[in-house]
Amino acid sequence: MTSPLAFLNDKRVRDWIYQIALVVGLVGLIVYFVRNASQNMVNAGIASGFDFLWRQSGIEVPFVLTGYTQADSILGLFWVGVANTMLVTVIAIVLATVMGFFIGIARLSDHWLLSRIAGAYVEFVRNIPLLFFVLFWYFGVIAALPQPRQSVSLFGVAFLNNRGLTIPLPDGLESLRIAGLIILACILGYAAFAWWARRRQERTGLHAPTLRVGLVLLLAAPLLALVWATMATRWDVPALRGFNYRGGFVVIPEFVALLCALVTYTAGFIAEIVRGGIQSVAKGQIEASSALGLRPGLTLRLVTIPQALRVMTPPMTNQYLNVLKNSSFGAAIAYPDVVSLFMGSALNNTGQAIEIIAMTLAVYLVIGIAVSLVMNWYNARIALVTR
Amino acid sequence: MTVWRQRLFATPAAAIVTLLIAALIAWVAVPLIRWALIDASWSGTTRNDCTAGGACWVFIRMRFGQFMYGLYPAEERWRANLTGIIFALGIASVFLAPARHRLKLAIAALVILPPLGIALLSGGIFGLRYIETREWGGLMLTLFISVYASLIAIPLGILLALGRQSELKIVKLVSVLFIEFWRGVPIIAVIFLASLLLPLILPGGVGIDRLARAVIGLGLVIAAYMAEAVRGGLQALPKGQREAATALGLRYWTSTGLIVLPQALRISLPAMTNEFIALIKNTTLVLVVSILDLLGIAQASLADPNWVGMNMEAYAFSGTIYWLICFALSRWSRSLETRSSRRLGH
Repeated sequence: MTSPLAFLNDKRVRDWIYQIALVVGLVGLIVYFVRNASQNMVNAGIASGFDFLWRQSGIEVPFVLTGYTQADSILGLFWVGVANTMLVTVIAIVLATVMGFFIGIARLSDHWLLSRIAGAYVEFVRNIPLLFFVLFWYFGVIAALPQPRQSVSLFGVAFLNNRGLTIPLPDGLESLRIAGLIILACILGYAAFAWWARRRQERTGLHAPTLRVGLVLLLAAPLLALVWATMATRWDVPALRGFNYRGGFVVIPEFVALLCALVTYTAGFIAEIVRGGIQSVAKGQIEASSALGLRPGLTLRLVTIPQALRVMTPPMTNQYLNVLKNSSFGAAIAYPDVVSLFMGSALNNTGQAIEIIAMTLAVYLVIGIAVSLVMNWYNARIALVTR
Repeated sequence: MTVWRQRLFATPAAAIVTLLIAALIAWVAVPLIRWALIDASWSGTTRNDCTAGGACWVFIRMRFGQFMYGLYPAEERWRANLTGIIFALGIASVFLAPARHRLKLAIAALVILPPLGIALLSGGIFGLRYIETREWGGLMLTLFISVYASLIAIPLGILLALGRQSELKIVKLVSVLFIEFWRGVPIIAVIFLASLLLPLILPGGVGIDRLARAVIGLGLVIAAYMAEAVRGGLQALPKGQREAATALGLRYWTSTGLIVLPQALRISLPAMTNEFIALIKNTTLVLVVSILDLLGIAQASLADPNWVGMNMEAYAFSGTIYWLICFALSRWSRSLETRSSRRLGH
């Protein structure tokens, strides 16, 4: 005779029971939290809903890229924060990548002292909190810079002092816009040429001078276009008037400090990724390539770098997303990024914690998901094709 | 001598690089050493005793107690020391114990140590004076937050990693969503979130300590990162291990506890140590909710009107301590890695 509970001996039934219990438990917990929250909010007289976004913000922001003023809505304030976060993230990623590549390659150098110095830098940076760097650059370095009257002059056009970095602004954008279009055309032209050259090589085996065309189209032509545009534009160069600089655009000290901290810190991590990527390429690959008669430069370009890039792409993506998340460290020195403006100032003014926290986190999650989707597609494309 | 010529002046290009680096060292390191050691002032009690022109280490000496314990009353600081010693002994005994007692010891330590630590530090029982968490600070608080956040993060992280590997679809989905959510958002935002939302989602009237909120917030994020570290170990384990355990008739939790986890955690230990290092570094973020850990105390000490302009001394001292702790841990993690890869015969 079978027991009435015999159906429990079926693993599938038990699995479903466990999962249903988990779901019921989680939903119960969430309902409990939501009910407490709504009760507490009613008691404290906090409104809910997203109506507050269209209210006038009245919050002054020292560093605005979007044309926002105090009279604009709180939603406008949100976009200022997002723009500032993106600005510091993008610039930090570019600079940290360049610096990280140099340090990573220096670590692999045959030169004994150079590789030791690069190694010491990496060990130094990786074992100290990022917040330390942010505070150090802000209160230790930028605050110790001279007054505007004794500014550090960068080529006579930009001036660094304890009130930030004053840079020249263009009076008109026409020539710069034309230069931008020229550069875009060059990139598209190079992409088309590379595609044609690859097709032709696959069909006929003939080489096309991709490197030389690339140098012209990706380096020389854009450089010339930029030089021409710079000459053709009238620049509003900052000049010392009394105790401060007039004209130009003031990059606030918080931005400079946060950028320096993010770049110096992230470069240490990128250096390790670069080193690992290059070391991951099997020695036999390089030996085989020189046995085939490829010169060292070609070996590097055609054998080492493509294989190293494949290894480096996933950790680099992670590191870039870390820069995005770490840009929120600016909140500690009141750099107006999305966390400090929206989760800080706007939340203090409106008290609508749940809506504001959800929107702020959504910024990071949406960008993170978008980047992972693109990277998954890219990884699938460059993954080894095994035949 | 020839070794050095080979290393530094092998080719003209190498010689130029050597000279450039030497110039850089002369430009950066020499003034730094002069400031920190040669021109520094060591003795005295006030700012006026710092006359040598270099670093004023008098400032660090006079404030050493604050850097270590924050505003914890001086006559009660033995309690913090005692807690530290008990924890160190507890953790060491778990690691050094013979393998068959390790699990029992670990569970005993997990049950006894955390409440004992809190009781000792905050007092109010055993006739100890009650000390509010707002008086805690300095290095002691950095270590407290790191240890207690990892007490949340490690068990939760292991569960999440198991959940992510689970055959049960819903369990897997919940684990993946949890991990990816916390890994996707900035830690600073999580600390804000914990300090704002935790009081909101608990029943009215239930207060929750400021420090506890920060520890819970950090614990949740680090749990997600720990889960990924543990996942590495689970994936490295040959599938046959679990299959053999199942074939022997062990149930899921028995085979997990006796066969899978002991091996997987050993493989994951270096990665988990790296996450712990990241946790120590991220503990500094509690500054944004006005909790003063080591870096926070260093930052706050700059506001003292009797010690104006001590920025460099405060940063140099606190930075060195962070560096020493994290460097020691990362070396330990690297030695674990080489040891375990030697054992696996790679």
